[in-house]
This record gives sequence, C-alpha cells and structure tokens, in this order.
Amino acid sequence: MDIINLLRIVFTVLSFVLFIAILVWAWRNRHSAQFKDAQNLPFDQD
Amino acid sequence: MQNATVKAATYNDTVVRQFAIMAVVWGVVGTLMGVIIASQLVWPELNLGLPFTSFGRLRPLHTNAVIFAFGGCALFATSYYVVQRTCQTRLFSDKLASFTFWGWQAVIVAAAISLPLGYTQGKEYGELEWPIDILIAIVWISYAIVFFGTIGIRKVKHIYVANWFYGAFILAVALLHIVESAAIPAGWFKSYSAYAGVQDAMVQWWYGHNAVGFFLTAGFLGMMYYFVPKQAERPVYSYSLSIVHFWALIFTYMWAGPHHLHYTALPDWTQSLGMVLSLILFAPSWGGMINGIMTLSGAWHKLRTDPILRFLIVSLSFYGMSTFEGPMMAIKTVNALSHYTDWTVGHVHSGALGWVGFISIGSLYFLIPRLFGQKQMYSVKAIEVHFWMATIGVVLYIAALWISGVMEGLMWRAMNADGTLAYTFVESVKAKFPYYFTRALGGFLYMSGLVIMLWNTYKTATNGKPATVQIPAVVAHA
Repeated sequence: MDIINLLRIVFTVLSFVLFIAILVWAWRNRHSAQFKDAQNLPFDQD
Repeated sequence: MQNATVKAATYNDTVVRQFAIMAVVWGVVGTLMGVIIASQLVWPELNLGLPFTSFGRLRPLHTNAVIFAFGGCALFATSYYVVQRTCQTRLFSDKLASFTFWGWQAVIVAAAISLPLGYTQGKEYGELEWPIDILIAIVWISYAIVFFGTIGIRKVKHIYVANWFYGAFILAVALLHIVESAAIPAGWFKSYSAYAGVQDAMVQWWYGHNAVGFFLTAGFLGMMYYFVPKQAERPVYSYSLSIVHFWALIFTYMWAGPHHLHYTALPDWTQSLGMVLSLILFAPSWGGMINGIMTLSGAWHKLRTDPILRFLIVSLSFYGMSTFEGPMMAIKTVNALSHYTDWTVGHVHSGALGWVGFISIGSLYFLIPRLFGQKQMYSVKAIEVHFWMATIGVVLYIAALWISGVMEGLMWRAMNADGTLAYTFVESVKAKFPYYFTRALGGFLYMSGLVIMLWNTYKTATNGKPATVQIPAVVAHA
C-alpha cells in the first residue's frame, strides 16, 4: 500500500474519531453556563 | 482623530446597507431571467432568434444571478451585520469591506455581459471565464480577511455559532472556487480546464454539490442561527445541537458530489460512496432544521401575526423537504428514474426558492428597517402579500416539475414487448407542455413577490435615513 493511501485512511479515521469526540463533548456540556451564555449572544447588543 | 474614535464606537452598516439593497435588486433581476427562460421552454419563439437571448446563454445568467448576485449579496449583508453584532466590534477594515462590495458588483456586471455574449468555461455554476474568476478570488480573499479579521478583534470570548457557519462558508467557497476554476488560458476570453475526462467531471461535481452545501446551505444556516432567534425573540433551541449540526455538515458534505455522476464513467465504488454519504447527510440537515423550528417552541402564536417569522419558519420547512428529497434522489435506483429529468430541476428550486430564498427574504425584512432607523418595513401588509405570492409560487413550481419529471422519467424507460422504446423523446417533450406552463406561472408569482419587496424596500429607505448604531459598552461574559 502506498504511503499516500495510508495517509488518506489515517486522516479519514482520525476525522471520524474527532467527530465522535465533539459529539460527546457537546452533549455533556448541554446544560453548561458557557452554552447558556453563548445561546444569548445575539440578545446582548440591544 | 476625534472622528476615528467616534467611528470605532459604531458599527459599519454602510456596507451592510449596500449589499442588502443590491440583494433585493438582484433578486428581481435573477428571477426575471428565470421567468424568461421558463417561458422560452413553453413558447420557444421567445428566444427572439438571437444568440444573446437563447436559452443556452440566459440559463447560466439566471443561475449565476440568483446564486451569486442575489444569494451572494444577501450573504455578504447578513454576515457583516451578524459578525459585528455577535462580536460587538466594528468591521476589521472599512476600506476592504467597501472593496468587497464594489468588487462583487463588478463580478456580477462582468457575468451579465460575458454570459449572453457566449463566453463560458462550460462548467455548471462555474461558467465565468478566467479573468473574472481571478477577480472573484481577490474579492473572496478580501471578504475572508474582513470577516476573520473582525472575529480576531471581537470583544466577547465566545464565537457565536452563526459565525462558525459563515466562516465555514467563506473558507470552503475559497477552496472550491480555486480548485474548480483551475484552467489553462488560451487568450483573454477562452480557457481549457486543468483536468481531463472523468477527473474533470468529478472536480465539477465536487465543486457543484459543495456550492450547494457551502454557498447555498452553510452560509444561510448562519442566517438561520441569528435571524430566527432574533425575530422569535428566543435563544436558539439547543446550543449543543447547533455544534453537532455544524461539525456533522462539515465532515460529510464534501463527500456527496459523486451522486451527480451515477451510472457514468465514474468508478462504481465512488458512486456508491457518494450515495451513502448523501444518505448520512440527511441526519445533520434535519437536526439543524429541528433546531431552527423548535426555537419557536412556546411562541408558535407569533406565526399568526408575524409574516417575517413565517418566511423564516417556512424556509426551514422547505429546507427539511429538500434535504429529505435530496438523499432519496441520491439512491442509485431512484436516481436511475430521476436523473436528467425535470424532477432534479424541481428539487433544486424547492431548495433555492423555498429554503435559500425564504430565509434571505425573512432576514432582509428584519434588516432593512433597522438599517434605515425604522421600526418595521414601510408596509407590513405588503410582506404578508409577498409571503403568500412566494409560497403559492414555489408550490406551483415544484409540484409541476415533480409531475413532469416523474412522467418523463417513466416515458423514457417505457418499453414495448419487443424491447423497443415506447415513446420518442419528442413525445416526452410534448407531454410536458402544461407543466412547463404551470412552472412559468409559479416562477412569475415568485418574481412578482420580489418586485413588491423592492417597492417596500424603496419606501422604507426613502422614509427613513441611514442609521448609525452605537456598539454597546462591553459586557464581560460569554
């Protein structure tokens, strides 16, 4: 297997793992104060 | 010096105003082009027998005008407005922002002249010849500098989700445009693609589908995440879902292009991969739609009285419909029926008129009065009328093309007992006449709605005057 192909596979698998990590992180923080503040950002300016 | 300090304490809404007004103007022009070519399909004599007004030349003018002129101006206007409000700072550079406005208008004018003259690279949504492509690249990079520069000088810690979508749209479109437009010039108005054969086709549809995914979706989702909460006066339903929505779209959209090349010379495995990833794309699309619609939870009654909110929410219904239809049409067996038929054209317009058009119109109705120091548009009644004309227009348009598309797909594949084709091609063309008429009528209604919007915008602008908005004192949080 050539190296470029191996890199493609590694990149795809790592992207998938990263996505799962984002999913878990976003879900665990769903009640956090940080998200609550972020949600209200559009209402801060007026 | 004094003046500069005063200026720094206000938002740059000049460029927002310019883009917002031109969005409405180009909306009328772009849909007028659409109505003309739709009418040519019903009455071919309307091409006047001239090369400049023939279908083949006006069709790319229509697509470029609605996508890049109308959609583009709406995206520039809203992104500049949203990034300033949610970062609580003035745009990074007034001069560069002004350059993006005049540069983008120059691109549109160049397109409006060169396409009817027949100058084209022949690539769908990437027709413009190489000198214009270079101008687009320069304007786009300036846009990226203004947008990300503004995020860089933000006064709040968090980058609001709408800016993530706008940012992804700007980055992805830069990448797509540069790769797609790679060509070898053969004179000032002629060039040849840098790719050959099936690679050229794959680059084209990698670009083409991501133009849908990033130009026509990600940017407009940025609008959704700002203007739906603002108009509904409630924060977005779930911030976690918005983050998952964003990353799921980012990780999947780039793979979906091959579904445009089913049953072609593209390798089978690439087609199947494109199909599967297109099916997966259904999940983030509906996640996002639900997030937008549920923002209204507990405030549904507002839909009864607020036509702007109705535009915004109905846009999400069309987003949901077209992102259900799209994955379904990407299934190879369904595609065998739908491909090359009017069904595809209907699908694109349910997304373009229903989703992209409605969310832009709703956002512009929110923006325009505020940009001219008014509480609301000159005539709210006219927004109401516009809403119904646009809705009936879209429904007529897509229903007509569903019927005509499925019908012609079935006619093309119908066979006699001896294996010969049951219908000639021209019989399928003849059978489509009533549906083409209904489609032109739907398009005409949609365009007329935009004409009312243009009048309403003119009245609102002339009744008010350009407003300068102070940046609020920074609240230390988020």
